[in-house]
Amino acid sequence: MKISFILNGQPQTVDVDGNVPLLWVIRDMLDLKGTKFGCGKAACGACTIHVNDEAVRSCSYAAKYAEGQKITTIEGLGSESDPHPVQQAWMEEIVPQCGYCQPGFIMATAALLNKNPNPSDEEIDQNIVNVCRCATYYRMRKAIHRAAEIQNNA
Amino acid sequence: MSKKISRRKFLVRGSLGTLGVLAVGTYLFRNPLRRTLIETIDATLPSYSGTGTEATLWFELTKENKVIFHSPKVEMGQGSFTSFAQMIAEELDVSLDQIVIQAAATETGIVDGLSTGGSLSIATFWKPLRELAATMREMLKMLAAQKLGVAANSLSTKDGIISGGGKTLTYAAVAEGVTEWPELDEVPEPRSSGFKHIGKPVQRVDLGPKVFGEPIFGMDAEIPGMLHAAIIRPSAIGAKLKSVDTETASKMPGVVQVVKMEEWVGIVAQSYPQALAAKMKMKVEWDIPKVWTNEDLQEILQVGKGDRLASQKEGDALDPASEDVMTMEFRSPIGAHAQLEPNAAVADYKDGKVTVILSTQVIGITQKMVADAMDLELENVNIVPTYLGGGFGRRLNTSHAIQACELSKAVGKPVKYVFTRKEEFQNDQFRPPTHHIMHGRLGEDGYLDSLEHHYASGDVSFNSVLLPNFLNNALGTDVGAIRGANIMYHKIPNYHTVQWHLTLPFATSWWRSLGLLANTFAVESFVDEMALKAKKDPVDFRLKRLDDSPNAKRIRKVIETAVEKSGYVDEVVDGRAMGLAASIDTGTPAAHVAEVSIKDGNIIVHKVTCAVDCGLAVNPDQVRAQCEGAIIMGMSGALYEKMELKDGALTPTIYGPYKMALMRHAPKEIDIHLVQGVDIPMPVGEPPMGPIGAAIGNAVRRLTGKRLTELPINLEKLEA
Repeated sequence: MKISFILNGQPQTVDVDGNVPLLWVIRDMLDLKGTKFGCGKAACGACTIHVNDEAVRSCSYAAKYAEGQKITTIEGLGSESDPHPVQQAWMEEIVPQCGYCQPGFIMATAALLNKNPNPSDEEIDQNIVNVCRCATYYRMRKAIHRAAEIQNNA
Repeated sequence: MSKKISRRKFLVRGSLGTLGVLAVGTYLFRNPLRRTLIETIDATLPSYSGTGTEATLWFELTKENKVIFHSPKVEMGQGSFTSFAQMIAEELDVSLDQIVIQAAATETGIVDGLSTGGSLSIATFWKPLRELAATMREMLKMLAAQKLGVAANSLSTKDGIISGGGKTLTYAAVAEGVTEWPELDEVPEPRSSGFKHIGKPVQRVDLGPKVFGEPIFGMDAEIPGMLHAAIIRPSAIGAKLKSVDTETASKMPGVVQVVKMEEWVGIVAQSYPQALAAKMKMKVEWDIPKVWTNEDLQEILQVGKGDRLASQKEGDALDPASEDVMTMEFRSPIGAHAQLEPNAAVADYKDGKVTVILSTQVIGITQKMVADAMDLELENVNIVPTYLGGGFGRRLNTSHAIQACELSKAVGKPVKYVFTRKEEFQNDQFRPPTHHIMHGRLGEDGYLDSLEHHYASGDVSFNSVLLPNFLNNALGTDVGAIRGANIMYHKIPNYHTVQWHLTLPFATSWWRSLGLLANTFAVESFVDEMALKAKKDPVDFRLKRLDDSPNAKRIRKVIETAVEKSGYVDEVVDGRAMGLAASIDTGTPAAHVAEVSIKDGNIIVHKVTCAVDCGLAVNPDQVRAQCEGAIIMGMSGALYEKMELKDGALTPTIYGPYKMALMRHAPKEIDIHLVQGVDIPMPVGEPPMGPIGAAIGNAVRRLTGKRLTELPINLEKLEA
């Protein structure tokens, strides 16, 4: 089926089985590899994207639901020349190690800060539930607080 | 002191001219780091003439006056690319942003003959890499002297520019047109002090690509025209393929071919979701000779069974039946690597040659494995490593490269094979389960008089691709399982360590820090229990039995530092207790104090104070990052993780049920103190993992009065 949506600000139309997870449409059809495959069961969060600014795990989100929606991936969040506050904070705190899960965490954090500009430690614990095997959680927490600060001072 | 070197031991490429034109890349990468990889893939380059285990490296100069370092080691998060850049900049007199680092492919660069692992990248490259960079600098100066008509010793170098006699030349200009590089009679001595880059907390070289989602991982690789594959393999341990009905699957949308091999079946399709959908429709029957259970495993895994390999024998052995001997048993479960990037391989088999792009810790070994399996000459197999989405030892076994090659050969097109998460969990080479029996006796002075550690473990280095078994046997032990097992308190009059090596029905191997986490949990929990029995201060109880050897002094220093910085007290204050533990691994001692409370039946780790002596920290910020990661990953292993046998298969097969530390479990405070007891870099990726399980257990002991003896530790086990 034909599915049309706004991807990182640009209109897109793909012709694909509507039940295919949006993750594979983004990665293999649209060649945006920043959204990662981790588990395929919405259990790790490596594939987190934004659908209308809400965090969604794209490995378990059928492509047909993207019809008419505003989709944002890590590539559309910010760039080296114009980083999103969360990306800027991630750079300042030097968070990534292997880096594979980081786009998912960054997307989840950006969505959290949209709803809650000043999350407490407890709110971070409840909302940021992705998996990082390098266990960069300690720096991530610092980066989330820092991102809130950058965003609120902007 | 300088030494003579043979020109053969390194090769420096002045590649201007050959690389000036951007070659037509076969591989699709948009990342600038990758683009340089493409450029070198098609270039004609000299072959490597050293041996695989020598630190023999290549530099490449570009027209833009950048230095490309083709790293024989891969970057899997440990930060070594950044430290390599610092070491190169220091000796080559270039700025950090003039250096581009990429993992070398077998066809174009020098790859490590063994592996990236063991926390060894920086420690083993410290001397050779700086020597090579210094050599490169001196050769450039010699060439510049000829071009400028001045004496080489009157030239100075800075930021990739050579100056002297009022003239300047960039390195690129010096190298332009050079076909014969001068030989040096001696390796220049690298600087030993006054560092500009070494010892500074510089930003990671891969930070940008990782924050902005660049396609740098094996999972992101593509070759034009490639198809996608899923594979059916057995879930149950020891299962063999009996029969398979491929008819329905072959007619599914997008399916190009079903490839039936002796032990597995591959489905090649236009897209990965199509390959997965067809896999679901495949009717497969398995022969399962035995349905393995947890009880079977418990039965196999016991001290006293298997091969006995003693590693320490000082003084007399204890009689466990004697009244004054205290005995405790400890256990640890099977652990999964659970790295976030599933294994994947893109293979292009064409005209008797094959290229494989993948995340791997063993580039040379994968090349040989593929060559053997596909019956190809080594030079016809090109392994292209990428950034790794986590290593932790999982990527020491990359046999899926062969499967991708077989499928590509069968369909005559490039094929990308991606593990599902279930395959990942069930086909891991697991951290082996362990069983430990500790015996101890106090002397008349109330300190340890005897300590014995008897432990049973499945393979770590035995049956591994990295180390032939004769070497393990020659060393008298499984060198992986032993990590952290030996007793470090050498002033104890009698101490013995004995390993029982067991063969398990599934593959076990390296997992970050190998045996260290479980062994230190057993030894340091028991030492703590003996201190309580002796009614001694746990700090003094340990220090009293450290001798005056250089390493023991370093252990003493980290314990004292962790105790001092944490404000350690051996009592419960406001519902919180502190637990102390220490270890030494690959020459790096670490001591942790964990501050713990119990809330609603859960163990909460509030703060970890860590002191580690990893010698000279090339990048102190990344050393800290490694400590933070090792502490939380170790916590995850100590408090949550466990694989079990169910219906003959290893389970669970997904995150969540395979419980791991998440944001909410991570300590809010981690206080790291770097003690520099030696002036060279020592391993740091794994050693700080050692003490964490025991440190938490020792705190819980003070909060509950009870000793937890089985990983993962949790309070339900106290009630049981």
